[in-house]
Amino acid sequence: MDNNPQPSNSLVSVRNLSFSRGDKKIFDDISLDFERGKITAIMGPSGTGKTTLLRLIGGQLSPDQGSIWVDGQNVHHLRRHELYTLRKRMGMLFQSGALLTDMTVFDNVAFPLREHTHLSESMIRTLVLMKLQAVGLRGARHLMPNELSGGMARRIALARAIALDPMMIMYDEPFTGQDPISMGALAHLIKSLNNTLGLTSIIVSHDVHETSLIADYIYMISESRIVGHGTPEAMRQSNSAWVEQFMTGAADGPVHFHYPAKDYIDDLLSSGKRY
Amino acid sequence: MIQYLQTLGAQTRASFTKLGRATLFLLAVLSGIHSVVPRPKLLLNQLYSVGVLSFLIITISGLFVGMVLGLQGYYTLSDFGAEESLGVMVATSLVRELGPVVSALLFAGRAGSALTAEIGLMKATEQLSGMEMMAIDPLKRIIAPRFLAGLLSLPLLSALFSAVGIIGGELVGSGLLGLDEGAYWSQMQAKLDFQGDIVNGIIKSIAFAFVTTWIALFEGYDAIPTSEGVSRATTRTVVNSAFSILGLDFILTALMFGDH
Repeated sequence: MDNNPQPSNSLVSVRNLSFSRGDKKIFDDISLDFERGKITAIMGPSGTGKTTLLRLIGGQLSPDQGSIWVDGQNVHHLRRHELYTLRKRMGMLFQSGALLTDMTVFDNVAFPLREHTHLSESMIRTLVLMKLQAVGLRGARHLMPNELSGGMARRIALARAIALDPMMIMYDEPFTGQDPISMGALAHLIKSLNNTLGLTSIIVSHDVHETSLIADYIYMISESRIVGHGTPEAMRQSNSAWVEQFMTGAADGPVHFHYPAKDYIDDLLSSGKRY
Repeated sequence: MIQYLQTLGAQTRASFTKLGRATLFLLAVLSGIHSVVPRPKLLLNQLYSVGVLSFLIITISGLFVGMVLGLQGYYTLSDFGAEESLGVMVATSLVRELGPVVSALLFAGRAGSALTAEIGLMKATEQLSGMEMMAIDPLKRIIAPRFLAGLLSLPLLSALFSAVGIIGGELVGSGLLGLDEGAYWSQMQAKLDFQGDIVNGIIKSIAFAFVTTWIALFEGYDAIPTSEGVSRATTRTVVNSAFSILGLDFILTALMFGDH
């Protein structure tokens, strides 16, 4: 019944997607492809619904129009248990890490293994230590989530996301609020995990520098449309005013510095109303 | 005027939508409840935090309520020279009404608010979403064990409340006011009906447990995931539980004890 429109080399494809929240249009007929084995970044100003796109891909939200295909399956036509089976093969790293606060680091990483497999505890221990070693935090296994720094929490969450050996990982703003060292560590980790585990990575970010260092391909989204896409190199050379503003971080340009308002002088001189 | 009607209409619609969401939530939880059976440890953990941790407040409140009943009952009954019936009076009021109702109100304040805050914060910190993305249904893993724990805990706590209250009444009656201990117990034993009083009391507390836990879990799950949203949800849990418990108590009392 569904014709698979996915090119063979892409793991995730978004086709003619439209999505609104209330009256606000978040996506208007956008199409994207995420190539297998590559790191693809989705960039754009805060509040453009980049995280919403990840939730749509993960099947937590349903599009108004259009479809999303993951590994040959139309995400929003799956039955509930099929969706859950698919999700076991998708990792997602939340901005906050989303670690379970009532468990230690070790139990957090072991959580998906204990829930989805019938492995023995000694086997789980080995697997958890391997995943923790991969993110460099094997020594922190006894800590509780509230004892971790933001960067450590994200790395633990990453270890949890790869616990079931997924085919892809979605990163939601992995660099936000990180100091330069842990930002660099995360970027390195994302790149090396992608290459060593043969993952497909999708990064949502507005951090131009770090993201363009590790991404193979970039999509830029603004005002519910794709305003540019290409390799990081091509994006830097782009002569689109919008892409240029975003890449260089200029305060004014196609994206205005001022929130839409009435004329400044009129506003100052009109008295009487509080707002 | 039109604006007033519009607001009224919008609010009515919003409350019905919420009731609908709550019902769907309940059905989803009930259909997932069997998943708790093979994992008794999840249930035990929740029985501890929902039930055992409410133990102290229930015991102490029960004792004082029973002691007050003993005092007040004695003063009133002695006017008619019927202070021998103090045991019946204390036990009947506790087993039929005060036990289930007061312990449910305390339970909503102690355990219900904690449940709402816990679930709401898990939602606000994306723990529930994170679980969904790990292909783990939070309704089965998080909500269902808590629902079952609430459903089992409150009837037991109510029974405890009544038992401690009866002892409190006896302490005041025979210890303080010099009433005959034998009369207190034997009158109670003779007059209290197992079916009519005790079983009906238990049925009441099961109904309250169901409603209170449902409200607490739903409010947490439905909370706006911000600090203000969670605090409002916690307040709503306590207020809505209190209304539901007292309203439901009137209906159940009318149905159970109408023909006496």
